[in-house]
Amino acid sequence: MCLAIPLRIAAIDGHLATVEMSGVMRQVSLALTPEARVGDYVLVHAGFAINVVDEAEARETLALFAKIEAAGRRAASGSPANDGAPEPGTDERL
Amino acid sequence: MTDTAAHRDPAAFREPGAARALLDAIRRRAAARRRREPLRLMEFCGGHTHAIMRYGIREALAPDVRLLSGPGCPVCVTADADIDAAISLASLPGVAVATFGDMVRVPGTRSSLQEARAAGADVHVVYSALDAMDLARRRPELKVVMLGIGFETTAPTVAAVLEAARAEGLGNLSVYSMHKLTPPAMRAILEAGEACLDGIIGPGHVTAITGWRAWEFLPAEYGLPCAVSGFEPLDMLYAIEQLVTAAVDGEPRVVNAYRRGVTAEGNRVAQALLGRVFEPANAEWRGLGVVPGSGLALRPAYAAHDARRLFELPAPAGGRTAEERGCRCGEVLRGAIEPPECPLFGRACTPAQPVGPCMVSGEGSCAAYYRYGGASRP
Amino acid sequence: MSDDIILLAHGSGGLLSQELVEQVFLPHLGRPAGALEDATEIALGPGRVVMTTDGYVVRPIAFPGGDIGKLAVCGTVNDLAMRGARPLYLTAAFIIEEGLPLEELDRIVASMAAAAAQAGVRVVAGDTKVVERGGVDRLFITTAGVGVVPEGVCISAAGARPGDVVLVSGAMGDHGLAIMTQREGLRFQSPLRSDCAPLNGLVADMLAAGGGAIHVLRDPTRGGLATALNELAAASEVSIAIDEDAVPVHDAVRVASELLGLDPLYVANEGKLIAIVAPEAAEAVLAAMRAHPLGAEAAAIGDVRAAERSRVVLRTPLGTHRLLDMLAGEQLPRIC
Repeated sequence: MCLAIPLRIAAIDGHLATVEMSGVMRQVSLALTPEARVGDYVLVHAGFAINVVDEAEARETLALFAKIEAAGRRAASGSPANDGAPEPGTDERL
Repeated sequence: MTDTAAHRDPAAFREPGAARALLDAIRRRAAARRRREPLRLMEFCGGHTHAIMRYGIREALAPDVRLLSGPGCPVCVTADADIDAAISLASLPGVAVATFGDMVRVPGTRSSLQEARAAGADVHVVYSALDAMDLARRRPELKVVMLGIGFETTAPTVAAVLEAARAEGLGNLSVYSMHKLTPPAMRAILEAGEACLDGIIGPGHVTAITGWRAWEFLPAEYGLPCAVSGFEPLDMLYAIEQLVTAAVDGEPRVVNAYRRGVTAEGNRVAQALLGRVFEPANAEWRGLGVVPGSGLALRPAYAAHDARRLFELPAPAGGRTAEERGCRCGEVLRGAIEPPECPLFGRACTPAQPVGPCMVSGEGSCAAYYRYGGASRP
Repeated sequence: MSDDIILLAHGSGGLLSQELVEQVFLPHLGRPAGALEDATEIALGPGRVVMTTDGYVVRPIAFPGGDIGKLAVCGTVNDLAMRGARPLYLTAAFIIEEGLPLEELDRIVASMAAAAAQAGVRVVAGDTKVVERGGVDRLFITTAGVGVVPEGVCISAAGARPGDVVLVSGAMGDHGLAIMTQREGLRFQSPLRSDCAPLNGLVADMLAAGGGAIHVLRDPTRGGLATALNELAAASEVSIAIDEDAVPVHDAVRVASELLGLDPLYVANEGKLIAIVAPEAAEAVLAAMRAHPLGAEAAAIGDVRAAERSRVVLRTPLGTHRLLDMLAGEQLPRIC
């Protein structure tokens, strides 16, 4: 499903993994992500893990969003510390 | 410092304060241009259409930014001939068709899989190509035909199953491939020149497979920025903010706004698998006609599992295409018109009584507009 | 029991039919004081009489949290309770597929008896038919129910008024998702259980707290919360505004829904109710709900507004708005 949520691999048996979240467990195939390990979070689409989620990037993205939120709050309260245009990251990193 | 587990909670990517800040930034940047017309951005993924609808993002960005839905809903772009073929397959004795749920209600020229099932055809809704393989193993007397719909995200999953089926000699499983590739469709839309776009929202999970370098042709050949987006609201708003920035700056580039799911090179294992099982072929898209090299056909080595080769299908006769009934899904898919401009929209064509696939499918553009439309405060 | 499975003869009215009644139905559902008659006499007492009927065809017939029998009793009781009635008597007609194991039928009837006892109702009439293999999918149950609405209680789908508060008694989507994850070939394990339960006790507590201020009650079964709200909005000729964040949904239901491509707002519930109450009584009614075991997770989720065109609008977690319309056709799992 395109709107895949990241699910944690709880167990691996050959090329099948049991992914888990909130007690819901499903068997998915690791045929497309043979490098995945127990404890990894994977994106699941149509019964297959299509990618291993990069947790470091996930944390950084959240940190970025937190900065954006803070800048937005400052702008909304008319804080002089900010010209009102939050810099959500002219993110040249590719 | 971010809580170490927060990044695993999808709710963290829906935080309303950050959403408001991003919406403000988008509006401010869009409004600061000299041009007064709205910026036009197109997304190419049914999942994005759905997320935009679910979170009311189109409404939130209007009028500064207009979001158009491109041909990203695999069911919406499937040509009538293919839908009719799938229905014919289902009606053959001894054949069981396995399909993703998306396809079941889509009307062909005379019927739909749902109606065929009601008339006795053996149609199974599956969540995964693996389920089709299980069905074939459990029921050796059935010829199981998996309808292969979907783009680069789904095709590798079907490829994996085909490779396994061939290896184990599972002779009663075949695939009717209607898989399509996204870049050729993007090119076709841009060449047609109707959509007049300022930027493209790149499909997040297709790009997880292809890698973001697959979109470098957009700035290089068409001068268009592309921001690859995830599916949570903050992912989408951030991607749109990056896209608007690039469009306003006049510096077209590819931005990876879904770094936790997407890399430059993509999933090499999946790409290799695709290459072993499928080869590019011409494919007919609703609304675009035949687009060269835009489809995936099974390689000759997989002939024994290729439903297009295995079954002789009668040419359907006497039906009317949706277009003949006045449906303008094709133009909607190309971004040439928006759903409310179709004369059938909301009148003869509603989610309860759909004429064309854009209204049938949960992520069809017309279904999304219908649900969102009129949702301003009661 | 003369055999392990149900035979056509069990439905033909002869010896085997009698045996079935004596050995399965009466022991669980209660033996009448006198002879077994063709029709049962019932006493209703004062109050307005309400009746309902329902058919149950759920597949699989047993699932985590219940089975078709429990569902049949609770569903019928709840239809009556949604009019503010005290449910009194039920009937149950069984159409059984030849080959159903007797043991399974026995378990289901026992389950009905337990649900009836919990709800304080009696099953006073029944019927059995058996059809050939393939004639029905294992077992279908059709019920009728009768109850009495106390004086002063006037609850109707058309009763919502602008300004009213919309309450739900708990988390949405448990039943439908629990059923879905049981369907063959899903490779799914989950802690999901049907929320199937009789709601008349909860309703009685709510009426004690809110009385005539309770304008509407509805159990969101097929089509889920969204469909029920649309029906109510249309019947009352109002609009309903719901805050998506306020609707309780269990984590496991969220995850399972995402995996299957379903929306919990459209998924069936069998032990929950929507209440639309006058604003001055909302707090008291909510407190009464939360004090009851079946209403522990009750929440206020929105309000009723006047409108030219009745519809249901959802405020998303982002603060934007979208239309929440009726379910059109079956909710099917999606890949995209």
